[in-house]
Amino acid sequence: MARMTETPPAARPPSQPDRRSLLRTMLLIRRFEEKAAEMYAKGKIHGFLHLYIGQEAVATGAVAAARPDDYIVSHYREHGHALARGLDPGAVMAELFGRSGGVSGGRGGAMHLFDASKSFMGGYAIVAGHMPLACGLGLAEQYKGTQRIALNFIGDGAVNEGEFHESLNLAAVWKLPVLFICENNFYGMGTDVRRVSAVIEVYKRAEAYGIHAEQVDGMDVEAMYEATHRLAERVRRGEGPVFLEAICYRFRGHSMSDPEFYRHKDEVQRWRVLDPIEQLRARMFDAGELDDARFAELQHEADAIAGEAVRFADASPPPEISTLHDFVYKERSDA
Amino acid sequence: MALKTYIEAIRDALIEEMDRAPNMLVLGEDIQEGGVFRATDGMLERFGPQRVLDTPLAESSIVGVSIGMATNGCLPVAELQFADFAYPAFNQLISEAARWRYRSYNGWGCPMVVRIPYGAGIRGAMYHSQSIEAMLAHVPGLKVVMPSTPYDAKGMLKAAIRDPDPVIYLEHKRAYRMLKEELPDGDYTVPIGPARLRREGDDITVISYGLMAHECLQAAEELAAEGIDATVLDLRTLAPLDRDAIVAAARRTGKALIVHEDNLTGGFGGEIAAIIAEHAFDDLDAPVRRLATPDVPAMPFNGALEDFLLPSREKIADAMRDLAAY
Repeated sequence: MARMTETPPAARPPSQPDRRSLLRTMLLIRRFEEKAAEMYAKGKIHGFLHLYIGQEAVATGAVAAARPDDYIVSHYREHGHALARGLDPGAVMAELFGRSGGVSGGRGGAMHLFDASKSFMGGYAIVAGHMPLACGLGLAEQYKGTQRIALNFIGDGAVNEGEFHESLNLAAVWKLPVLFICENNFYGMGTDVRRVSAVIEVYKRAEAYGIHAEQVDGMDVEAMYEATHRLAERVRRGEGPVFLEAICYRFRGHSMSDPEFYRHKDEVQRWRVLDPIEQLRARMFDAGELDDARFAELQHEADAIAGEAVRFADASPPPEISTLHDFVYKERSDA
Repeated sequence: MALKTYIEAIRDALIEEMDRAPNMLVLGEDIQEGGVFRATDGMLERFGPQRVLDTPLAESSIVGVSIGMATNGCLPVAELQFADFAYPAFNQLISEAARWRYRSYNGWGCPMVVRIPYGAGIRGAMYHSQSIEAMLAHVPGLKVVMPSTPYDAKGMLKAAIRDPDPVIYLEHKRAYRMLKEELPDGDYTVPIGPARLRREGDDITVISYGLMAHECLQAAEELAAEGIDATVLDLRTLAPLDRDAIVAAARRTGKALIVHEDNLTGGFGGEIAAIIAEHAFDDLDAPVRRLATPDVPAMPFNGALEDFLLPSREKIADAMRDLAAY
């Protein structure tokens, strides 16, 4: 039904990933978040800050394998998805700082990034509450008859919420163009998934709704890319939603104030060996695609971008108080 | 002109807007069959299953999917069967729809309408009788309308569909076939926001909305025969609220009675009373009165109990006499 104006579709990414580009993105996310943690310690960032460190491969591989105009609808640990989608790092950092130069003018903060121009539909902190929205974005594309899909990132904490089940059912029964990606890092905040879920293999829950579901090594960025690329095309063909469970691990606490009593340091150490950046670096070294000098150069580049993001954020003024009532509705009312 | 019931006015608005806007869709439980109150009767045949969507029985995702569609170039009009069933969707309405434009710094809007039948008086008991407007009008970012006549029902639904922001459209189920009116043929809208003076009088002021505004007007006509001349203000929209009209109406007589079917404590009448106290205090000749349903947690099924609870034309008239005599 081509009754609505539609921008021409974006190009499909190649089936083979550009390893250097993946590495560059993961290094940027890592360095950006390390900087964010520093800024939190310095009091430049307030409130809650949830770092993605350890899980970079999931957002990096998945977003790179999607079309640039595919919607990203993410959870609250979403800095990585935003940077992978190409949101301006300075504007993202400024949002973390709560400044007017932030992607949402300082209104959103760390958990609520948003950039319409990049089809980045935000981070959401009501767990699973964003899943029906992703279905709606997909339904509109289906109605318009496009090939555009929605990537809906959730965490393992979402799977016992009602909206998880409503959304999977709805997406399945209407064959909506949504690729659900569950980042299973085994802990909903400090609660081990085994303590609160009757079925711990999340993909099996999706299968219960007749949805094609797979598990993937979420610490391996190339595996993420391959799975997303293949499954996104399946969704794009109109065969209905797909569910991808990415097994991954966050190296830092749930938030900046997490003493991490719920997991053993040995466990964290075992997962750190699987660091997604280190895995890709080693693979590229072995293949002769990278050497120490070039890797140091990429690290330096990420460091420079993150540093520049901090400088931009710090220089950005706070929002004007007079803007408080802007955009409550389209027409301003000072009520 | 044609004689139309309240529900026919709603149906006409939906059909005319669907004809006008190819990106508009209606969705809800059982609506291909016409819906629980038959508001969408005949729409499946006319517009097809791509634009008249039967949803799973899952209110949160009905609203959530509407938000996503609204963001993405569509004009969804969702139907929730009963106000009592809206609570599962409150997360989407409050946490997402209301904040959509604000949190994105105008990056996205949410031009969505959620139609919700509300109200008691049909022996619906505890899960089919509630009024929920106070909870929704409390939420900045949502617009809340409660038309009291077939004319407004049609015109305000059209305005809601054309509005760039999320509109909660509350329709009293007892009004559906009880209220009839000659309506002009073809297109017209009634703006969201302005209240309407239904009657002008100098003795007392009655402020209401939704079906109760109709009841208040009837009571006022009765009292006119007794020599009590009332101003009746029909708010029509609770958010954004026409505060100036409230203040002006209260000032005119110095005696204000607020009537709603929702229960008293924390009800919308408290907000209206506060506005009057803040802005018309010097003009008041009597304490502001409220007539509402008593604070009980569920509408009793028993008819005598339900009748005792609800503000009726007689109770409104009594409250008006009492205030006039103050």
